[in-house]
Amino acid sequence: MKEIVIISGKGGTGKTSITASFAALSKDAVFADCDVDAADLHLLLQPLAIKSMPFISGNVARINEQKCSGCGTCNSLCRFDAVQPGTPYTINPTDCEGCGVCVHFCPEQAIEFPPQRCGEWFQSETRFGPMIHAALDIGAENSGKLVSLVRQEARNLAEANQHELILIDGPPGIGCPVIAATTGAHAVFVITEPTCSGKHDLLRVLELTEHFDIPTYICVNKWDINPDMTQQIKIAGEEKGATFIGTIPYDQQITKAQIEGKTIVEWGDTIAAIAIKEIWNSFCEQLGIAS
Amino acid sequence: MKIAISTTGNTLDAAIDPRFGRAARFLIYDLDDKTFTLVENEQNLNAAQGAGIQAAKIIADNEAKAIISGQCGPKAFKILSAAGITIYPCDAGSVAEAIELYTAGALQPAKDATVEGHWV
Amino acid sequence: MKIAIASGKGGTGKTTLATALAQAAAQPVQLLDCDVEEPNAHIFVKPQWTNHKDATIAIPVLDTTRCTNCGKCGELCQFNAIVTIANQTMIFSDLCHSCGGCVLVCPEKALQEQPKTIGYIDTGHSGEITFIKGTLVIGEAMSPPVIRQVKKTAAADQLTIIDCPPGTSCPMMTAVNGSDFVLLVTEPTPFGLHDLKLAVETLRSMDIPFAVVVNRAGCGDDKVDHYCRNEQISLLLQIKDDRRVATAYSRGDGLLSALPELATQLRSLLTEIEKRINQAQGQTQGGGTQ
Repeated sequence: MKEIVIISGKGGTGKTSITASFAALSKDAVFADCDVDAADLHLLLQPLAIKSMPFISGNVARINEQKCSGCGTCNSLCRFDAVQPGTPYTINPTDCEGCGVCVHFCPEQAIEFPPQRCGEWFQSETRFGPMIHAALDIGAENSGKLVSLVRQEARNLAEANQHELILIDGPPGIGCPVIAATTGAHAVFVITEPTCSGKHDLLRVLELTEHFDIPTYICVNKWDINPDMTQQIKIAGEEKGATFIGTIPYDQQITKAQIEGKTIVEWGDTIAAIAIKEIWNSFCEQLGIAS
Repeated sequence: MKIAISTTGNTLDAAIDPRFGRAARFLIYDLDDKTFTLVENEQNLNAAQGAGIQAAKIIADNEAKAIISGQCGPKAFKILSAAGITIYPCDAGSVAEAIELYTAGALQPAKDATVEGHWV
Repeated sequence: MKIAIASGKGGTGKTTLATALAQAAAQPVQLLDCDVEEPNAHIFVKPQWTNHKDATIAIPVLDTTRCTNCGKCGELCQFNAIVTIANQTMIFSDLCHSCGGCVLVCPEKALQEQPKTIGYIDTGHSGEITFIKGTLVIGEAMSPPVIRQVKKTAAADQLTIIDCPPGTSCPMMTAVNGSDFVLLVTEPTPFGLHDLKLAVETLRSMDIPFAVVVNRAGCGDDKVDHYCRNEQISLLLQIKDDRRVATAYSRGDGLLSALPELATQLRSLLTEIEKRINQAQGQTQGGGTQ
């Protein structure tokens, strides 16, 4: 079983559109949307949920107004500015880090510390295979842990049903959720764009995958917007030890397909669809996956 | 001497849980009088992070000298080693099979973490 | 006046708009790059750097000569960053959230805090723009403390434009927190609309006034317009889908170099936002009776 994570560093490079196309092309895969902050893969794969579970993570402090004496100890100890003075004192759950310091040191033992529901995750069926996805509650924290949970559930499902591949739509950036999505994966597939920003962010992503020692493949989307920059990215990526796997031309049909809830490879033999198929075949060949 | 095995079930026939930090529970097996107790790992399933660290603490607090599990991340490895607990990665099907392999000396201790940390 | 430029979806043009607004402002302005995981506003601002400092968090260090391995620190720590096991106490600083609880609870005063670098804050200038950039050290997981330190570095009473990280969770919320107004940049596609809705809900829960800017207008459908109308959200600016913008952007040239005529519109946008902020503040000061 192989676990492949698709990331981009910079947002909006076409990561989800291309992941969905790979899903359509794959033969025997489980899909996981680990971009739990702004999950969009479901808009193209249209999953039908067969199971949903709450996502509980950590605790949140809550002052019991009957017991609060208004001494202000919580306010003086909180490093996250989550306590609002008043009678009684209150805690802003958005700012609460869940560290429990106020709970421990409250002389009146007036602060409760219930577990926090932060979102929901789903096991679903799609027209291309099973999918695990999640939605973080509005204002909730700890997307990194939800990413780990989605990944673990996808792994459990793949193991139980002997699927060959797990295809993960990863989050943007290089922080906590990306680290949670990529550590220990078999390969990272980076989709970038031929812009100064795309290159800048790609180099940071490559440093991260190097740091965690994960084989990395690069593809440039909308390469023809700036062929020069595409070439620069190819050279810079290869210097960093990544494998350059191909380019996808700018294709307005991708947006048209997205509006209809379709992947570009289902939409028709457009220039991008042809390029994506070629890239998928060559990627499968390099990783030893049936294409 | 006691050893611990991560498991999803409640009996010796139950399957090994391949996860360490987020294992459902641990079966603590006493090699001398061939009895066992079960320790729930439930709190860890909802821990914000560092499940492996908490799980390692459970193993040490139960005085097991070895842990048989599927995988073990770098932080848990560091703690278990410091506490003098040996880690045996094992992909045997059931807890009973794992104990058998262990007593026969057929399991190799891990020299390093077997997986990257999951960060959370 | 603090204006945050945010979006649920990445790559919709936050940085493009934030840098163009700062360049069009025609007054001293601070531009903060709070997308510390992937900061790239500097590519378009091309500042002269004048200051570099570390962004740090405080992590505990153990004095083993004082520690009795009582384990109280580990019991308090919600993040499993400190643990006592078999008469040893170990610290995992990459899990530490810097709450200071372990130091407070230690009966032997065996724990002290020490700064750990998790990012950098760079300050520079370009014309009337004071530019402050935060960068997260690669391999570090926690961006909110770096974002907070970028915001603390800025002067309080100056026009400030904040380029935010994408998404709707902790980094985005940390960046927009305390702003007077947020501009949500989106694009007219299903992905853009879906993520816009999430961002709108987030800002409503935080009670920060906001409006929408549509970038690449004309490239998709009109569902974003419909949504904004139904939800009574102002759509303050539409930037047309134009390959000249994409090409300029790819070279590291900003929106105004491709479409200089936009500068006037951006200045009116700033005026409009200022008017709205004053109105909102007038209402709260007046007791919110309207």
